[in-house]
Amino acid sequence: MSEQDVTIPAADESARVEKEAPAARERRSGLLHGAAGRNLGLVIALAVLCLVGVITAGDRFVGTANILTILRLAAVTGVLSIGMTFVITGAGIDLSVGSVLGLSSVWASTVATQTMAQDTHWIVMVGCALLVGLGAGIVNGVLIAYGKVVAFIATLAMMVSARGLAEIIANRQTQVVEVQGFLDFFSGSFLGVPALVWIFAVVSVIGWVLLNRTTFGRRTVAVGGNPEAARLAGINVKRHTMYLYALAGLAAGIGGVMMLGRTTAGSSTNGQFYELDAIAAVVVGGTLLAGGRGTIVGTVLGVLIFSTLTNVFTQNNLSISAQAVAKGVIIVVAVLLQQRIAERSRAGT
Amino acid sequence: MVTDDPQGTAALLEMRGIVKQFPGARALDGVELDVRAGEVHCLLGQNGAGKSTLIKVLAGAHQPDEGQILLDGEPVTIPHPVAGLRLGIATMYQELDVVDGLSVTENVFLGHELATGGFSQRRAATRRTRTLLARLGHSGISPHREVGTLSAAGKQIVSMARALSHDARVIVMDEPSAVLDSEEVANLFRVVRDLTSQGVAVVYISHRLEEIRQIGDRITVLKDGRTVASGLAVASTTTAELIRLMTGRNVEYAIPRRPPVREDAATVVRVQGLELRGVFQDVSFDVRAGEVVGLAGLVGSGRSEILETVFGARRATGGSVQVGDRTLRPGSVSDAVRAGVGLCPEERKSQGLILDEPVYRNITLSTFARTARGGFLDEAAERRAAGEQIEALDVRPGDPERAARTLSGGNQQKVLLARWLVHGCRVLLLDEPTRGVDVGARAEIYALVAALAAQGAAVVVVSSEIEEVLGLADRVLVVSEGRVVHEGPTSAIDEHRVLDLVMEGSAA
Repeated sequence: MSEQDVTIPAADESARVEKEAPAARERRSGLLHGAAGRNLGLVIALAVLCLVGVITAGDRFVGTANILTILRLAAVTGVLSIGMTFVITGAGIDLSVGSVLGLSSVWASTVATQTMAQDTHWIVMVGCALLVGLGAGIVNGVLIAYGKVVAFIATLAMMVSARGLAEIIANRQTQVVEVQGFLDFFSGSFLGVPALVWIFAVVSVIGWVLLNRTTFGRRTVAVGGNPEAARLAGINVKRHTMYLYALAGLAAGIGGVMMLGRTTAGSSTNGQFYELDAIAAVVVGGTLLAGGRGTIVGTVLGVLIFSTLTNVFTQNNLSISAQAVAKGVIIVVAVLLQQRIAERSRAGT
Repeated sequence: MVTDDPQGTAALLEMRGIVKQFPGARALDGVELDVRAGEVHCLLGQNGAGKSTLIKVLAGAHQPDEGQILLDGEPVTIPHPVAGLRLGIATMYQELDVVDGLSVTENVFLGHELATGGFSQRRAATRRTRTLLARLGHSGISPHREVGTLSAAGKQIVSMARALSHDARVIVMDEPSAVLDSEEVANLFRVVRDLTSQGVAVVYISHRLEEIRQIGDRITVLKDGRTVASGLAVASTTTAELIRLMTGRNVEYAIPRRPPVREDAATVVRVQGLELRGVFQDVSFDVRAGEVVGLAGLVGSGRSEILETVFGARRATGGSVQVGDRTLRPGSVSDAVRAGVGLCPEERKSQGLILDEPVYRNITLSTFARTARGGFLDEAAERRAAGEQIEALDVRPGDPERAARTLSGGNQQKVLLARWLVHGCRVLLLDEPTRGVDVGARAEIYALVAALAAQGAAVVVVSSEIEEVLGLADRVLVVSEGRVVHEGPTSAIDEHRVLDLVMEGSAA
């Protein structure tokens, strides 16, 4: 059972329920079964975190400003995590997204500070970052799909070399972006909500539609669930695998632009360890690391859980080290719970 | 319940009134089984009859909710698999549980390594392994050999040696012949006979009734989690009687007769000089609309590879495949599928289905892109198309939302057929269409293939069971050592002649 089950149009849903065997209906009614149940667990976890925030930090936590801070904090990792959800659903892994984010932000800021003529629009800078991300993703994808390099190794190599290339380009200096139009747009707000949060929201919605409503999403699930069966059904598995890494790279490029907007500087250290945050959010969200099942809603909740956690800890002046310990515990608990639920639902069928 | 126990010999192993309840299903509902020392006791039943659950209870992998297990007349409990082994009950599962990367010796003593103070006694282990292999008549296998390099038959021997290393008195074999060719099966039977002559009891599970006739002493038949007949003597029970017990109705173990192919039928597939270097060469044949062509041969003869190469799942190193007037691009499954070719692969679970996806999505796996509009899925159309096929093919249970994993072998095969029916295939390639399929569903699949041919599809069937190939096909190609050694109408050839051809080909 996948995400669609909770979001399908009402008419369709009722028509289907009528046709179902009683056993199927019974299976679905279990509270913690299916996508709804999994997401419910995440929502409860998030609610508990918020409650802790309210109790310990009170008004400082509840304020609109703080909530927007949490969302702004979540935005960059969030966009990376959406791309990562596709790769992991397709039974892959991408360790390079953090480095690619750094590379694309440095490349774009170099374009802005050194070579860009005064009258060139800042959109060129954005386009540059996206192309760098997409390009790195395509390199990953070609190596993995056609060169048959194991994804872990290919993206590990990209992670190291993209970071190195970023350092070379930046010459180990932080490049401050002073293009006013760019800063106005990306550091600004729309309807009181920061642009970064809007981007995260739009990317999430597009990701959800792509995964659940399009042939691209269906192919992703098929390729992750059983690549051989997908191939023998006529799906071009190699090409699709390549697309998945290209998509993750593009997401990293978007992340690079957002990072420039957030820090107003291109630095080769941008996005360090973000790949791990993204993988953690995806897995906590309920996407199977083995592939074949992915959930964008889960990923978004996973990202929010982690950024809320960070915020609660910061509000209470707890150290970053303590946060790291808490994150680790959450990852393990979430995965343990998911396994229990998966076992139970399998035994029930 | 039918019983047949004239001698009243004391049982080595008895299971009485075993009940196992799973959430939503009663897998075992009062099973009786008595196994004597030195006999081959066959366990028969359709898919879902409870055989797998029963052997898991016996192995200690499942705990029964009710009932008793007696060994030598003493009640025993088997709380976990190690306890089962300690009692001398060893199980050889269908998916052989050997570790490919370890040596034969390491596999035999896996989990009970010979060691003193943490240091393994490799020499002693090797010596004992050699003895065990000799006892199984396979002293040719080196104890140092890496198990991954052995054939399926070799791995089975290793698995048996492991059972013996536990001093097993009862060895449960779950469809041991499924992965073997006929020569290897003969060898397996010899080993089984050796074991029983040493007083070991073998519980033998198989779908192949003929095999049970050859190897079995007594039979227990399960149906819907109950024992419907226990301890029938093989010699005095007819095949028809066994089928009646298993299915609860009289099924002709027969293949529907089809009218001859029409003289004016157009050629749909033309395979010319197809070659996959190192596997097969110079394979040419035509299939006309409404015709069924069979490929007969041993495992490893290249018959499955021929099918996969025609489909483009393997890239041909020579020759061509034409469908209608279109030449297929070598090595491109997508091209073959677009041309209207479908393959139902040999390994349904690993090659055919996405097990955790719902049945309807498995059915529409090759057509969802076609029904989609501008890249957006039309799930309503998919459900409709899948629903029609589920009804037409009588897939049970008929719930399109159920995960494909939960279906029995026969119904999984129907899901694969449904996929190509939705696609509207002109050419259907079937690799072992009834492997692991119970008798009832088998008849349905035969009828379905006949119906498809009648509607004008060109069908190519590969099967290990020569009888099946000869019964289903209009024409047969006998494949041996990667060459077609005979081609002709099935009406002009019988099973023995095909076997002779296969043997001649291997000798040459």
